[in-house]
Amino acid sequence: MGNMSQHERKFKRRSMLYIPGNNPGMLQQGAVYGADGVLLDLEDAVALNQKDAARILVRHMLQNLDYSGCEVTVRINHLDTPFGRKDLEEMVPLQPDALRLPKVETVESLQETLKIIEQIEDEHGLPHDQMKVHAMIETALGVQNVYEIAGCSPRIDAISIGGQDLAADMQLVKSNDGIGIDYARKQIVMAAKARRIDVFDTVYVDVDDEEGLRDVTEYIKKLGFTGKAVINPRQVEIVNSVFTPTEAEIRKAVRVYKAFERNKKEGIGVFAVDGKMVDAPVVQRAIRVLEMADIELDTL
Amino acid sequence: MILKEKAQAGTFESSDILIMVEPLEAGAGRKIELKSIVMQQYGDDILQQLHRELDALGVQDVRIIANDKGALALTISARLETAIKRSAGIKAS
Amino acid sequence: MKNALGIEIPEYIEGMGALEPYKGAWEKLQKGWMDETTVPPPNKAKMPHASKMCETLKDAILKADPHDGMTVSFHHHLRSGDGILVEAIKILAELGIKDITLASSSLTSAHDPILPYLKDGTITGIWSSGIRGELGKAIAEGVLPKPVVIHSHGGRVRDVHTGRIRIDLAILAASAADCEGNATGSHGPSAFGSMGYAAIDSWYAKQVVVVTDNLVDYPCVPPSIRQNYVDYVVKVDSIGDPTKIASGTTRITKSPMDLQIARLAAKAIIASDSFKQGFSFQVGAGGASLAVAKFIREAMKEKEVKGSFLLGGVTSYCVDMLNEGLFNSIFDVQSFDAAVSSSLLNNAYHIEIPAGLYANPFNCGCMTNKLDIVVLGALEVDTDFNVNVITGSEGAVRGASGGHSDTASGANLTVVVCPSFRGRIPIVKKQVHTVVTPGETIDVVVTERGICVNPRRPELRKSLEEAGLPVKDIEVLAEEVEKITGKSKDIECEDRIVGLVEYRDGTIIDVIRQVKQL
Repeated sequence: MGNMSQHERKFKRRSMLYIPGNNPGMLQQGAVYGADGVLLDLEDAVALNQKDAARILVRHMLQNLDYSGCEVTVRINHLDTPFGRKDLEEMVPLQPDALRLPKVETVESLQETLKIIEQIEDEHGLPHDQMKVHAMIETALGVQNVYEIAGCSPRIDAISIGGQDLAADMQLVKSNDGIGIDYARKQIVMAAKARRIDVFDTVYVDVDDEEGLRDVTEYIKKLGFTGKAVINPRQVEIVNSVFTPTEAEIRKAVRVYKAFERNKKEGIGVFAVDGKMVDAPVVQRAIRVLEMADIELDTL
Repeated sequence: MILKEKAQAGTFESSDILIMVEPLEAGAGRKIELKSIVMQQYGDDILQQLHRELDALGVQDVRIIANDKGALALTISARLETAIKRSAGIKAS
Repeated sequence: MKNALGIEIPEYIEGMGALEPYKGAWEKLQKGWMDETTVPPPNKAKMPHASKMCETLKDAILKADPHDGMTVSFHHHLRSGDGILVEAIKILAELGIKDITLASSSLTSAHDPILPYLKDGTITGIWSSGIRGELGKAIAEGVLPKPVVIHSHGGRVRDVHTGRIRIDLAILAASAADCEGNATGSHGPSAFGSMGYAAIDSWYAKQVVVVTDNLVDYPCVPPSIRQNYVDYVVKVDSIGDPTKIASGTTRITKSPMDLQIARLAAKAIIASDSFKQGFSFQVGAGGASLAVAKFIREAMKEKEVKGSFLLGGVTSYCVDMLNEGLFNSIFDVQSFDAAVSSSLLNNAYHIEIPAGLYANPFNCGCMTNKLDIVVLGALEVDTDFNVNVITGSEGAVRGASGGHSDTASGANLTVVVCPSFRGRIPIVKKQVHTVVTPGETIDVVVTERGICVNPRRPELRKSLEEAGLPVKDIEVLAEEVEKITGKSKDIECEDRIVGLVEYRDGTIIDVIRQVKQL
């Protein structure tokens, strides 16, 4: 469910590592790089004449390899392509943690896809509430409809922005500063927040530019993204570290939370920590920091 | 499964296996040529696996040429299945 | 007879004498002295102003009493660019010398061309810290009549002291030398840095020939090799391929797997009590282990920790850390790239040391004994933490003992970094094919699938667990790996022994058997 706190959910969602679906070497090692999630890609990372091979390979990987500790998402081909339907038929019975749907533009087409998923689940006697579905927003139309898309089913527990495709759809000239997709990022974040679900940022393609990745990750964290997709294992640690609270942040959060607990007993709602006013929203932010730092509240 | 044409699956990349399949006439049996960088450690296992899975796929008369670059068993399964299905004319879409 | 690891060791080898089985890593050191007698270095004499210069390498060899059954030694500081060893062996073969024992501090793929001389009886025995390439394959297939002996860098010094290696002729390449034989590797067109492994050869060989492509005016400064040990000097056009001798700057790997392992290893080191003000440190030049230095360097800056000394094989990465003030000094027995030579030449805190000071267990304290942390690689690790760095998955000799067991025995914290499997081949497994470094000297094994702490170090395990690191039992990891790769068939071997692995104290820790031809 969208409003789950992190402790109710099994995985953090700071980083999600794309792995090409037809590359056995990368698939078999995907879980070891410290990414919170792996995204096994049947779509853009696979050549048109290898779609069958990737689908079969990913099936065998899911059936045989232990990705424990990682949230496993499979990105399928769009239903408008010749491969989308078969992808669903092969992947849905395997029930990965989530399916990622590319180029979601309208509620109608999304609901159609969800219906097919449920049909397949029915055929296999599977429940409808286990496997999540993530909608990728990568067109201008998708951005305009994102609030409806994000709320159209309880299965949708995250949305994400696909920057490359969106820039192409918007006919943007190539630029590295992200200005062209900035509005879309903010709108998508706002829709996700309104629907109380998670939201992933797009990939950073220059894998050798560690500083650039860190900068943009810090920026999108400030915008409110839950995490970021990465295309190279070397990017995982940078994204994770940006989304992991610093020691100073954790110490501050502990002080806030402890003061809150103390004051709660005495019925005081607003108080001061380090000379700054603390009210309910500040406490909520502190709790979020402690969650991100894996600190159990009842141990404080 | 009835094989119709020559087909292949996989690559020469490390941790992958390239499998070529060629249908043979009925009664010809299986002709398997295996090359592997881990022949000494896993050669027998790989051959057994190929036979076992061809049994399961119901493929008797076939030539298989496999060039293994240290693929895990699950990758070998996937590549064999892909090559056989391609040979049988089962499409990706 | 069985050694302390339960490995069967022959009592006697024809032509080599009695063997002593490995008894434990520190067993022979506890006494405080070595029982074996040592051989004295030779006494020589030269008339005043007599010339040592020879026209050609062949002239020098002819003057140095070449004879059947002789032992010829070399250093491997020219790495894979070495042109001298092959040249010298060719000359000896042309002279019809047979039954040579080759005692090179190590052998690289540059030495493949001597293979015919192993086959024709020119060379019948080898002592070395490492063997690779075609030589290693042929040796595993039984090309030599006598087993090769694999020693450590420190152990080689003891082998010379005790006369197990009696060097008749040492041929020592230098990138600069003068007419008296003062020689260095720290400057000249073929500069290669430290000559640490060559020192013992110069002190003990009956005949010492210095070969250089850069004859300088007397005196050659700094004199790593000193004239009072040198019989002859030869000027040649080239001592090897400079591009392979001085290989640019060592770069940190971009392999995500190596980086992941290195990152975990650095976290383990930082969580241990060995990472502290004034710590000493050694890392190899290989992918994952050098990458550990990158993360340690970052952590030292962030946490404002300053180290004391860096040791061992030195890369330009070590030099950078010295120049940044992260460490006080470098003790350099072997230099890995071009930038190191100039630092060795110009920085007083970058100090060349001989192999005995580096790692020989039988003196009043080698520098590996002062190590806090060492990071090492592995070809295989077993569930008793024993490490193989000498035989590959096909059973061929394709690695080097080097300073592996020396540093592991000395360091407070010995960290082995390796993937848990490579291709489909398990690295962490029940039993290694050949033990080079005993498990009792290994503290932590770091793989991409978790960190295994030697049960001898429960307090270390606790520290790593408290730091939230993924610690698991090594048996569990080995099983996990086997589940992924499937069980691999053991290498099939004949009974015949083709190699002995000598532990640094002179005992035999394992044997290498001839690989069965399939």
